[in-house]
Amino acid sequence: MRSLLLAAALAVAGAIPAFAEPPQRIVVAGNGLTEIVYALGAGDRVAAVDTTSLYPKRAQDLPKVGYLRALAAEGILSLKPDLLLVTDDAGPPAVLAQMAGAGLRVVKAREGHSAEILAERVRMVGSILERGDAAGELEKGLAADFAALAQSLAASPTRPRIVFVLSAGGGTPLAAGADTSAEAMFKLAGAVNAIDGYKGYKPLSAEALAGSGAAVIVTVTHSLQALGGEAAMRALPQFAGAKNMRIVSFDGDYLLGFGPRTAHAARDLAAALRPNETIAKLPERPWVAAP
Amino acid sequence: MTMRPAVVAGAWLLAACLAALSLGPSRIPPMDVAAALLQGLGLDFRVDERTLAIVASLRLPRMLMAALVGGMLALAGATLQGLFRNPLADPGVLGITGGATLGAVTAIFFGASAMGGAVLPLAGFAGALAAAIAVDRLARVDGRIPVASLLLSGIALEALSRALTGVLIYASDDRQLRDITLWLLGSYAGASWDRLLLIAPFALLSACALPFFARGLDALMLGEREAGHLGIPVETLKRLAVGVAALGVGAVVSVAGPVGFVGLVVPHLVRLTHGPGHRRLIPLAAAYGAALSVAADTLARILVAPAELPVGLVTAAIGAPFFAFLIRREKRRLAA
Repeated sequence: MRSLLLAAALAVAGAIPAFAEPPQRIVVAGNGLTEIVYALGAGDRVAAVDTTSLYPKRAQDLPKVGYLRALAAEGILSLKPDLLLVTDDAGPPAVLAQMAGAGLRVVKAREGHSAEILAERVRMVGSILERGDAAGELEKGLAADFAALAQSLAASPTRPRIVFVLSAGGGTPLAAGADTSAEAMFKLAGAVNAIDGYKGYKPLSAEALAGSGAAVIVTVTHSLQALGGEAAMRALPQFAGAKNMRIVSFDGDYLLGFGPRTAHAARDLAAALRPNETIAKLPERPWVAAP
Repeated sequence: MTMRPAVVAGAWLLAACLAALSLGPSRIPPMDVAAALLQGLGLDFRVDERTLAIVASLRLPRMLMAALVGGMLALAGATLQGLFRNPLADPGVLGITGGATLGAVTAIFFGASAMGGAVLPLAGFAGALAAAIAVDRLARVDGRIPVASLLLSGIALEALSRALTGVLIYASDDRQLRDITLWLLGSYAGASWDRLLLIAPFALLSACALPFFARGLDALMLGEREAGHLGIPVETLKRLAVGVAALGVGAVVSVAGPVGFVGLVVPHLVRLTHGPGHRRLIPLAAAYGAALSVAADTLARILVAPAELPVGLVTAAIGAPFFAFLIRREKRRLAA
């Protein structure tokens, strides 16, 4: 057993690869990262993605390596990738260590929901894939779009209070608290999260919703469909005190992905929250309209 | 004659292990698998690094882990069912699984999955041992441990662990919640030589010790007093068997999570086919438990490749229908 361990350790030591050319077969886990890779024009080098990577649509045709928190070492190695690009919350850590031990280059992007971290990720992916020019362009475009949005919001008198509601598979609706991507989107859209007593997602109670003083309930289309549409959602006991609240829904990936489309998603959210105002449209970008 | 069931069980286990080593999402020809194993032992077969890493650092430790966990759970299940003279007993009734779960979930809650390494298994193991000690203290009446009191104490502790686990789950954020859910389903995905070495001493010690209780457990089938008249030190037997089972189960659950089904049903499978005598039941349950666990994990790795299923889903999905089939086949005999 000891000699076997030794041999395995030696194999690892001998397998440290030289990064002579940019990666050609990439496995990406994390929807925002996948979007960045495609936006940088490196989509043809992606060998597989995780189940959260739904955009661009082309990515859905690739082999799926499972949910990003439950990756499988041999499954990914069997695709013979030369790079595994993951967000900081991918795992399990033991499996990532196994793959690195087998000589696979594993790169983690910092986790977080802000325009700064998004820009940092774009730069990082650009440098690893040697797509510096495209990354510079994307970063500049995003910065300009975020700035334009902030400018239109500075002119808006309203700061709507909103609640973000999610329902996995039609189960009990959960409301987003602090430290969620939903809350980060609210900030970008000039809105206030009416639920701020806890971190993460918690089951929504009728009383908490009624007492939140929210004007709008934001949800994702997927959840709305799972619950059976807007009327069915309103009929749930949790929404008893929400008669006067509007419900708006967005594509979940678009709204919460924190990828290249985030500035546009924040603008669309800001506009949907202010039906009586005009929030200027952002310029059309190639990475927002990718097929 | 008496050797035949052992040979059959051994053959099943061997077949499952060979399948686990040679099948997986990466297609590696059997000759290369053999060459990689020999190279791992120090011989030079010029196997490429990728193949060597997959066979020697991923498949082999994982197969051993699956065998160890499955064998240990079935072994402990068979022992506890005999001890409690209760067919519904499994490692859960002693509160051990609940304790290990609470320990592991606590570790995840305080950020253990980010730490990786040995923190999660150690927390699980500590939880299992704490639960076993608590059950022992709770159940003792005047220095003796009546079986009924042990069973009820186990149930109480399991309920308490579950409640506390529930509190942690409620307080967890999204990310911790997903980690906890995946851990609760059981998986061997974290198998590595390090983790194997961490649990092997406890699990092997427990697995080697439990078969020695077979004679005592057979006598216990007649009743506690009767077993005492036959010269069995009943109180010592109970404390030792529970302690040894707790040690092994705590160790394996702490690395693999509560892999369902094996501990409860494999002993019944063996009892249906080979009779209730513990001298045969205990080793056979260990072999079939290991074989089922290894085979289930092989399927878990292949079925949705390049992704993976939690192994607990697969053990139950292949084990339960087979169990139902056996019950149907043996219905007449069971009724008699």
